[in-house]
Amino acid sequence: MIAQFTSPRLLRSLLPAFSLTVILLAIFYLQPRAMSYFGLNLLLNLALPIAFATLAQMCVITVNDLDLGIGAFVGFVACVGVTWLNDQPLVGILILAACIVAYGAMGALIHVRNLPSIVVTLGMSFVWLGLALLVLPTPGGKAPAIVTWVMKFKTPLVPMTIYASIAIALIVHVALKRSAYGAVLRGVGGNPQSVERASWSLIRAKITMYAMAGFFGVLSGISLIGLTSAADANIALRYTLLSIAGVILGGGEFVGGRISPIGAVLGAITLTLAGSFLSFLRISPDWQIGAQGAILIIVLALRALINRSEARKPA
Amino acid sequence: MNDMSKPIVKLSSVEKSFGAVRALDGVDLDILPGECLGLVGHNGAGKSTLMNILAGIQKPSAGFMDFGGDGDGGGGGERSSATAANYDVSEARRQGIRCVFQELSLCPNLTVAENARIQHASIKGWNWRGRASELILAQLDQIFPNHGISADELVGDLSIAKRQMVEIARAFSIVDQNIRLVILDEPTSSLDALVAEELMVHVRRFVDSGGSCVLISHLLEEVLETSDRILVMRDGGVVDSRPAAEFSRQSLVEAMGSVAKDEAVHGRDFNSKRQQGTPYLSIDPSGAQRGIAMNAHKGEIVGLAGLSGHGQTDTLVNIYNKRRRYGIDMAFVAGDRQSDGIFPLWTIGQNISIGSIRNLLRFGLLDLEQEAKLAEQWRQKIAIRTPNVNDNILSLSGGNQQKALFARALGSPADTILMDDPMRGVDIGTKQEVYEMIRAEAEAGRTFIWYTTEMDELKHCDHVYVFRNGAIVADLTRGELTEQKVLHASFEEAS
Amino acid sequence: MTQAALSKLTAKPWLWAFVGAFCVWIATILFTGGQGAGEILSAALAFGTFSVIVGIGQMYVITLGPGNVDLSIPATMTFSGVVAMKVIDSSDSLVLVGLLIALSCGAAVGVFNYGLIRLLRIPPIIATLSSSFLVQSSAIAYGRGLKIKPPPLLADFTTAKVLGIPLLAICVMVLAALMSLVLHRTVYGKSVLAIGQNPQAAMLAGVRVDFIRFATYVLSAVLAGLCGYVLSGFSGGASLNMGAEYLLASIAVVVIGGTSVAGGYSNLPGLWGASLFMFLLVTMLNTFGLSAGVRLILTGAIIVGVIVLAGGRRGTMNT
Repeated sequence: MIAQFTSPRLLRSLLPAFSLTVILLAIFYLQPRAMSYFGLNLLLNLALPIAFATLAQMCVITVNDLDLGIGAFVGFVACVGVTWLNDQPLVGILILAACIVAYGAMGALIHVRNLPSIVVTLGMSFVWLGLALLVLPTPGGKAPAIVTWVMKFKTPLVPMTIYASIAIALIVHVALKRSAYGAVLRGVGGNPQSVERASWSLIRAKITMYAMAGFFGVLSGISLIGLTSAADANIALRYTLLSIAGVILGGGEFVGGRISPIGAVLGAITLTLAGSFLSFLRISPDWQIGAQGAILIIVLALRALINRSEARKPA
Repeated sequence: MNDMSKPIVKLSSVEKSFGAVRALDGVDLDILPGECLGLVGHNGAGKSTLMNILAGIQKPSAGFMDFGGDGDGGGGGERSSATAANYDVSEARRQGIRCVFQELSLCPNLTVAENARIQHASIKGWNWRGRASELILAQLDQIFPNHGISADELVGDLSIAKRQMVEIARAFSIVDQNIRLVILDEPTSSLDALVAEELMVHVRRFVDSGGSCVLISHLLEEVLETSDRILVMRDGGVVDSRPAAEFSRQSLVEAMGSVAKDEAVHGRDFNSKRQQGTPYLSIDPSGAQRGIAMNAHKGEIVGLAGLSGHGQTDTLVNIYNKRRRYGIDMAFVAGDRQSDGIFPLWTIGQNISIGSIRNLLRFGLLDLEQEAKLAEQWRQKIAIRTPNVNDNILSLSGGNQQKALFARALGSPADTILMDDPMRGVDIGTKQEVYEMIRAEAEAGRTFIWYTTEMDELKHCDHVYVFRNGAIVADLTRGELTEQKVLHASFEEAS
Repeated sequence: MTQAALSKLTAKPWLWAFVGAFCVWIATILFTGGQGAGEILSAALAFGTFSVIVGIGQMYVITLGPGNVDLSIPATMTFSGVVAMKVIDSSDSLVLVGLLIALSCGAAVGVFNYGLIRLLRIPPIIATLSSSFLVQSSAIAYGRGLKIKPPPLLADFTTAKVLGIPLLAICVMVLAALMSLVLHRTVYGKSVLAIGQNPQAAMLAGVRVDFIRFATYVLSAVLAGLCGYVLSGFSGGASLNMGAEYLLASIAVVVIGGTSVAGGYSNLPGLWGASLFMFLLVTMLNTFGLSAGVRLILTGAIIVGVIVLAGGRRGTMNT
């Protein structure tokens, strides 16, 4: 019985929640006033866009690829959001739909030509950045009123971000971890040959995952402008690195299709909080990204320890 | 439902070549409904190739395949007689053919139930997970009553034996397509005796209810007891096919052996080098004193035998990785050229010189003249058939690529050469040349540790160690070596 | 005959970068009517130099094979530049000390990177990514955002010209030639190429795979340190975002320069060709009066285009 509770699998899956709890408790200890509606709202302000970007990255990582262009893509979506989507909503929606199609096509290209995803997505990051500059040459624009209204909506008890995070985590969890086709999609990351031998189409799976990544990228950009009201092309460049860190923090493995949507959302929130934590510690904001890196390394070290103990006693 | 006398699978004159190598040389095979067919043969007999063709993974180079029965495909009773050309994995599934392969084909990141779902596209919609769990658990319960596996465990967290059990249960599970034939390739390799017995009981049950099985195993007793008929393969062809009752362990081993009897072996004079003092390399590959230790003396040719995949390659790689600890300069000749040997972007010369690069330096820089000289010297010495050693390595035929790998090792200063079944897919002429060279080098004082799957090559060795399940189970001197002894040691006795 | 075609193909890819650079340059001076042809070239050499320095390190890392890439280059550049500038504090007499400091900072990051890769058994991408977070933060915290002027000697050296050719570019051409020699003629270089083609075969051919990988990650970080130092001298001090554009640039020049992202095949001349091409392309688009957006889109499209073409070639070779 006890062995079950200390099983590596359980420990691994609890690690993201554990990291979040530790950092949250530390924040509340340092700054009890953060334990309020207003405090939480402030702390979690940018959590939602980061969570969406992390989910986008997670979709790509599920099929053993990596997206180094997601930050630029989110920035482009944000720029479209404060221009076309506001001025001519129909055109704006068409552009965003085309973005998702483009992401799916990128997945198909990477699969068919067997290309390194890192280089392709890196190249695409130039393209997204360029498009963003074309759409919005100087910072500014205006987010559609409805988006701002949704993002700033005051929900009862706890801030909207918390409800939304729980909802998207559960939806993606059901889609990828509970649905019948989700098992196939994750299987592609685990053992593509076996999935193919069972007569599933690998390219269809890749397109699906990349298109989903594009979809979450769009959600990330839109939710971001709902908070900032304006945008610029560089607004989300750091999301590329943050999203990768979030997936890994959330218990996702780099290869092998082992991912966790709930963990990814928790990971994204943990990273968001890390910044606030430092400011409560009166550590200069200079160390903010350093702290994110340190958290990433610590969690990876913990996971390496768990894996090593697992290797020592074979089941 | 099925006409019990009409074969469900009929292969005639199936051939398969990989480059110059003929893996299958006109095989005829009938599998009747309600029959368990045992398939035995030594390394390279063509068993795996034949099963891969049957499973639709590889396409035959020539021959006919007929699935005369009514394919139970997608509810339609269409008369399907798949030809070799359009036969693939999905067609095999439509024909009701399932396989359990040695390399596990489960997704380690998914649960047991999810893996069952991957196999069965029709398990979907509401409560698919429940139905998948029920399906795989019912099958597990039926085959392995005490399996102790739960459907929501991750496959990656299971032990190898349990993974194999899931794999087997998954192959036998039925949703909407009927199963007519299950291919079991070494299904018991990681199961203990009790569980293996349960599987064999299930195979009989399945066969008695009208299904068919092909059983490949290195446990001859298993094959003898479970099969109705046994097919013996050798050198890409079927050499014997009779009811299992007519075989004994002894006669099976004899049938697998080559017709040419063991002469020549003792012909050459043999002076054991073992009289002179201590071995200069001595290891126990099993690491737990389960088996016999392997010794190598200076100037010896030591052979490693046994069925492939029983620890010979691992042992060689282990020895090689510890070369600095042993203080012995070693070189390695890979057998799997593509994955262990060749540098595909380099020239023939560069592929040769990498083995002795430290001896080709002048002022810390690679001396291109010396490099060219070395390559040219070995091109002539080992007769690599190329006009120019500056051509890309892939311009060579497989046999000549292998010669380049030999040149890499022999041209290096190493005094011990490890060989990992290096003659796979090499033509007979090349082989003879290389054998000569190995003998000459051994005379000159080099030591060879030579894993080979070919019986003929063992005759060049001074000492032969037979491997089974990662340990050495027999130690034969050249004088004692016979094919029968090696076969007997390779195939496990019933415990 | 296939082998002849193959060797021709593998011998050539770096040429295309130069051809491209030349075409773009011609197009630019045709547009300007021949005006400023020399200046443009000189500027391309000056600015291209920095991409080449980090490109060399990145190329060695990428040559190690799939999954190997150094994402910590920008952070290492910034960190080394900031630390060196602050320590030598514009003093001419400490120029060499500063260089040593910058190189040591790089080496330290490289050792840390490989330590993460080995100890945590994580892919190089994640290791270099997470260490870059820490390194970048250290640079910010240490530098406090102050831009300290480089010593005049360093500034002069990095901006000096000989016969119109930037002195630094000449030095880096020598460095590139040297590293090319290292790649093709030393045990280390041959080992890198061998690992990139087939790590298993390399191990069985006696290559010390672990040590070579370690050395390569350190080399990449040391070169990033060097680049951070000279760039600080060139651009009047170390700024906190000075490395930012070099993540993309270092990978882009490697890919466009004809190095195989599948590993095991690389060439140094291509780095120069690609660096010049990238700079001249930007110059051309600026001359044509196109916006920064179009410039970026074209840059990205070229990287993707090159990889689609090059990736396919290696793919057919594998099968």
